[in-house]
Amino acid sequence: MSAIELAPGVHWIGALDPDLREFDIILKTANGTTYNAYCVRGSEGVAVIDTVKENRAEDFFARLEAVTAYDEIKVIVLNHLEPDHTGALPELMRRAPQARLYISIKAQIMLKGLLKSDELAYTPVNTGDSVSLGDRTLRFLHTPFLHWPDTQCTWLEEAGILFSGDVFGCHYCDPRLFNDKVGDFRFSFEYYYQHIMRPFREHVLDALELIEPLAPGLIAPAHGPILRDAPARYVHRYRQLAVPQLQNEAGDHAKTLVIFYLSSYGNTARMAQAVRDGAEEVDGVRVSVYDLQGGEVGPFVDLVEGADGIVFGSPTINGDAVKPVWDLLSSLTMVNVRDKFGAAFGSYGWSGEAVSMLEDRMRGLKMRVPVKGVRVKLIPTDDELTLCRAFGRDLALNLTGQVVRKVITMEELNRSQAHA
Amino acid sequence: MPKANVTFEDIGVTVTVPAGTRLIEISEKVGAGITYGCREGECATCMMRIVSGMENMSERSVLEDKVLQENMAGRQHRLACQAQVLGGEVVVRPG
Ligand code: FES
Ligand SMILES: [Fe+2]
Ligand SMILES: [Fe+2]
Repeated sequence: MSAIELAPGVHWIGALDPDLREFDIILKTANGTTYNAYCVRGSEGVAVIDTVKENRAEDFFARLEAVTAYDEIKVIVLNHLEPDHTGALPELMRRAPQARLYISIKAQIMLKGLLKSDELAYTPVNTGDSVSLGDRTLRFLHTPFLHWPDTQCTWLEEAGILFSGDVFGCHYCDPRLFNDKVGDFRFSFEYYYQHIMRPFREHVLDALELIEPLAPGLIAPAHGPILRDAPARYVHRYRQLAVPQLQNEAGDHAKTLVIFYLSSYGNTARMAQAVRDGAEEVDGVRVSVYDLQGGEVGPFVDLVEGADGIVFGSPTINGDAVKPVWDLLSSLTMVNVRDKFGAAFGSYGWSGEAVSMLEDRMRGLKMRVPVKGVRVKLIPTDDELTLCRAFGRDLALNLTGQVVRKVITMEELNRSQAHA
Repeated sequence: MPKANVTFEDIGVTVTVPAGTRLIEISEKVGAGITYGCREGECATCMMRIVSGMENMSERSVLEDKVLQENMAGRQHRLACQAQVLGGEVVVRPG
């Protein structure tokens, strides 16, 4: 088990996991993965950056021992605290008790949960903080939410190496390790971005503002190939990926509202038309209506990413909203929908739970649900269609910020709940 | 009974409530964009921002204060499931 040199005094000491097919339950990999950890030697001590998953700790320690003695380790950096990179940490700290731990300011709460120990000495660091290894300096970049709240990158200034954590990483296992040596991993790189980083698009842009000026000569991520050949290409690719997937021609002139519905007898469909008509009465709103039966989840997710408001119309069947609506909603974790406007409506036979279930789910996604949904028993009457139009108009007014402020009392609120 | 006015900025609704009402009792019913987890002041899921009127809110309990600090909340943050409205005007928003 030998360490692999990236630059003088900088070694890869990670572990390979070629048989892994599913990561964190939700992520697939056809090529396994690697847990990359690194060792940096300076004139006044050694730093270890990240560790590996617990069941691969043996490989990690063997490689580490090939390049350093435990008592030389002065610094341990964790770029984020996820178990696939911190699994060997407790044991490492036992073997190198003199080493000081450096974690991001946002990692402090999580650390206790991870190590189950309170009297652990560590130094929380933020962008601009650094630690010296004598002739070499590690600088920290706070890059929160990529993809954990506590994520940071570590910059080895003198060597121009960025230890980027999960950023620029992918699940792809190839013992040849370097991007100019391994097989074609482009698919894995893109897949990893889409599933791990995409929901944090705005944070990716913030991180790129910090990373681009450094112009790293080598990027050493926490999974997958080490990017030594043309690393700038991967930084550039992240920039491209971080702009929304669809260009919105309505641009700044109009707010966009997308209505998704599903209808078994045409009742919810008629409601959808009325909601659209109502919303279109308001200037500056571009409304689109989609029947979920006629499309795939993927493109709809792209539409949602660019929309300002989303409305779901679903009948209540067996006390629940229908599956295609849930399928789309559960895929919305792939994009950032926080603070978008959401609303729901639908027709029902006996009971109309779907509407409030959908509203709850949207609130759970941290969307704003300002207008109470409309529910109609079976076939909508003209009066009920008028209600749907008013609901659409109300939503559009909220979207364009022309909302009429309402004042109500607690009693009225309790009463409206009892009827719902 | 003394009253207070709580305005949920994200949805543009003001509710007149009896003094002493917990924010969560109101926010849940009006449908403001606040989410809840434990409802017992431990998880910080319901963290929200008091835009104005902090002087009209109950003092932070030891527990609320600790949880807010651990989540690096600012001085204007409160837990909806813990904080009570004591009177006057309060304006809140999610986040
Ligand atoms: S809901 Fe958990 S702290 Fe309020
Ligand atoms: Fe991770
Ligand atoms: Fe990871």
